[in-house]
Amino acid sequence: MNTAVKELGELVGREYKEGFVTDIEAETLPPGLDESVIRFLSAKKSEPDFILEWRLEAFRRWQQMDKPEWAHVHHDPIDFQAISYYSAPKRDEDRPKSLDEVDPKLIETYNKLGIPLEEQKALAGVAVDAVFDSVSVTTTFKDKLAEAGVIFCPLSEAMANHPELVREYLGSVVPASDNFYAALNSAVFTEGSFVYVPKGVRCPMELSTYFRINALNTGQFERTLIIADEGSYVSYLEGCTAPMRDENQLHAAVVELVAMKDAEIKYSTVQNWYPGDEDGRGGIYNFVTKRGACRGDNAKISWTQVETGSAITWKYPSVLLEGDHSIGEFYSVALTNNCQQADTGTKMVHIGENTSSTIISKGISAGRGQNAYRGLVKVLKGAKGARNYSQCDSLLMGDRCGAHTFPYVEVKNPTATIEHEATTSKIGEDQLFYCRQRGLSEEDAVSMIVNGFCKEVFRELPMEFAVEAQKLLGISLEGAVG
Amino acid sequence: MTAWSSALPEFNAPIFFENNMLKISDLKVTVDGKAILNGLNLEVGPGEVHAIMGPNGSGKSTLANVIAGRDGYEVTDGSVAFMENDLLEMAPEERAHEGVFLAFQYPVEIPGVANIALLKEGLNAARRHRGEKELDALDFLKLVREKLKLVEMKEEFLYRSVNEGFSGGEKKRNEIFQMAMLEPRLAVLDETDSGLDIDALKIVAGGVNALRSEDRSVILVTHYQRLLDYIVPDYVHVLAGGRIVRSGDKGLALDLEARGYGWIEAGDSATA
Ligand SMILES: Nc1ncnc2c1ncn2[C@@H]1O[C@H](COP(=O)(O)OP(=O)(O)O)[C@@H](O)[C@H]1O
Ligand SMILES: [Mg+2]
Repeated sequence: MNTAVKELGELVGREYKEGFVTDIEAETLPPGLDESVIRFLSAKKSEPDFILEWRLEAFRRWQQMDKPEWAHVHHDPIDFQAISYYSAPKRDEDRPKSLDEVDPKLIETYNKLGIPLEEQKALAGVAVDAVFDSVSVTTTFKDKLAEAGVIFCPLSEAMANHPELVREYLGSVVPASDNFYAALNSAVFTEGSFVYVPKGVRCPMELSTYFRINALNTGQFERTLIIADEGSYVSYLEGCTAPMRDENQLHAAVVELVAMKDAEIKYSTVQNWYPGDEDGRGGIYNFVTKRGACRGDNAKISWTQVETGSAITWKYPSVLLEGDHSIGEFYSVALTNNCQQADTGTKMVHIGENTSSTIISKGISAGRGQNAYRGLVKVLKGAKGARNYSQCDSLLMGDRCGAHTFPYVEVKNPTATIEHEATTSKIGEDQLFYCRQRGLSEEDAVSMIVNGFCKEVFRELPMEFAVEAQKLLGISLEGAVG
Repeated sequence: MTAWSSALPEFNAPIFFENNMLKISDLKVTVDGKAILNGLNLEVGPGEVHAIMGPNGSGKSTLANVIAGRDGYEVTDGSVAFMENDLLEMAPEERAHEGVFLAFQYPVEIPGVANIALLKEGLNAARRHRGEKELDALDFLKLVREKLKLVEMKEEFLYRSVNEGFSGGEKKRNEIFQMAMLEPRLAVLDETDSGLDIDALKIVAGGVNALRSEDRSVILVTHYQRLLDYIVPDYVHVLAGGRIVRSGDKGLALDLEARGYGWIEAGDSATA
């Protein structure tokens, strides 16, 4: 018997001995993780049995897994027994009473982004009145979706109301045992979004988690599942340009996308979690597994991400190109400033015939930031006529930061066409001077040059999001030169 | 007698000041510890066009860059006064807002940034500085179209990335277009003629001439006399050994063309 199994046996034994004593009425669990915690989580949400079984299986697998060490990031070991895996949403008494009680720096950033006061309150976690502008927005929004037959709800709600869909698709793209953090998420995920777009329906609006900030406390182990049935289309926006407060240091989300025949999913992210102070203290660790499957012919999945926050980002939105003629795209801007570290990229797995993928990655490093692109293009034996185009550009500001590119290519079919281009450039003194000679301040010049560098990615974002992302980039780079 | 001569400097000073757009006095500049300009003097009055000629590496671009405020040039002595400003104390963008424009010898490419975006930012920054309202999209476009005609550029250039993929001639025309948009008080054109065929040269010269006015001064840095057939300067200076070694009118440029720089440099060291 190997040690892992033995430990598992001991663990199970211990749990049995202690019994499931946790009080189900508790508002917060003490730190620590064992099977009883998972049973508690599941019971709290009145989940169907099959979900509980699935969670427990994930937990058993997770215990046997090693933490990934290959990413180009460095941090102190995480003590998973020191984390509390459940806390109820904060009660109003515990929240800031007004924006005056919130970190002025945060408010400053909100103002720069032009965020209305009411939304600032919601973002900063201020206790707000029951009558809140976005409530009515949310209602009209829900009516419109219902009319089109689109399901957009918290994952827990979907488990209760559409268990058949959840059973069919949950974990079908990212299996519970996929990787260390995905397994952890599968065991302990608390909330997330669920989207189902029926056959032939074009979702009448961009779906945004931003609409739900007030309604949902997604917590640190978020889980999202989006299904676009045959011939449907949906555009989903995750995150928000405004920096969100969060006391949880570790975030390990999972996002699964399923696109059936002729369906298209466009998934856009702007990630701006707290990056920590200038020395990186207190920043969020963002270890995310995002993957989409093009299940049918002519399906298309497109990931667009703008990553400016977190102390450490570890994330590879990927596409499994199963259907013939299916298309996968990955457009990414990752910015690291001060002590931030990012290891991000994508995996494009060509399985069907004549599948194609495009990868455009823009890494920007400033301060002591470390930015790594890690991408895999894999062409399986049957993937006749597969095509990939990859372009990875790095922009360095100053000489204490780093950019690293790790492209991996595995081709099993000789008819594949793979193109890879990579550039690394320093933000040019001559470019800055040129802009300043034309009248731009140094900061505006930096912002303009960097936004130009990212243009191919920004134009993939929905219009409003793109404008915000541009502003955000400027703000994130303040003080990066001079 | 005594009263008159002692009154003279005070009397002269303000007038002298008003007559000069730019006054460079005893300017000494080093690059990486190497002396490039060694006590250069130059005065440019409003409305005047001065040509600065000189052999390769004599410091013409250095002079242009120091006026515009580029990093990497150490001013070890001397002064540069522009209108009522001490130019050397100002950031490059402040100089631009005050009306200093440099047409680059090598215009810089900025991928992904539309020509029009840069111009709009620059123009509006200068307008804010002067306390004027920013131009709205419509007025801006009107102005742009008018100025494009001046240099015979197509509108599509506005939406292309700054100088990216432009031919040499297009880059130079773009510089003059930007100058036309920004309406500077002092324009320094650094070898705007080099690399232009005769047609492009005529267009660029036409653009510059159209912008000549009583309150706008131009410093034309050039290697060749040819440009001066189209933009006729009020003064011609020869830069050599880090100093202006000879000044004259347009005739000097023709002499240079006929005899090269050798006779001046030789003459300069002989008289020194
Ligand atoms: N940025 C720089 N770094 C190092 N040397 C420079 C730099 N700029 C100019 N120089 C040197 O200064 C001298 C004058 O150059 P420049 O002003 O460009 O001359 P010109 O424009 O008259 O040809 C040359 O010897 C050149 O090599
Ligand atoms: Mg030169």
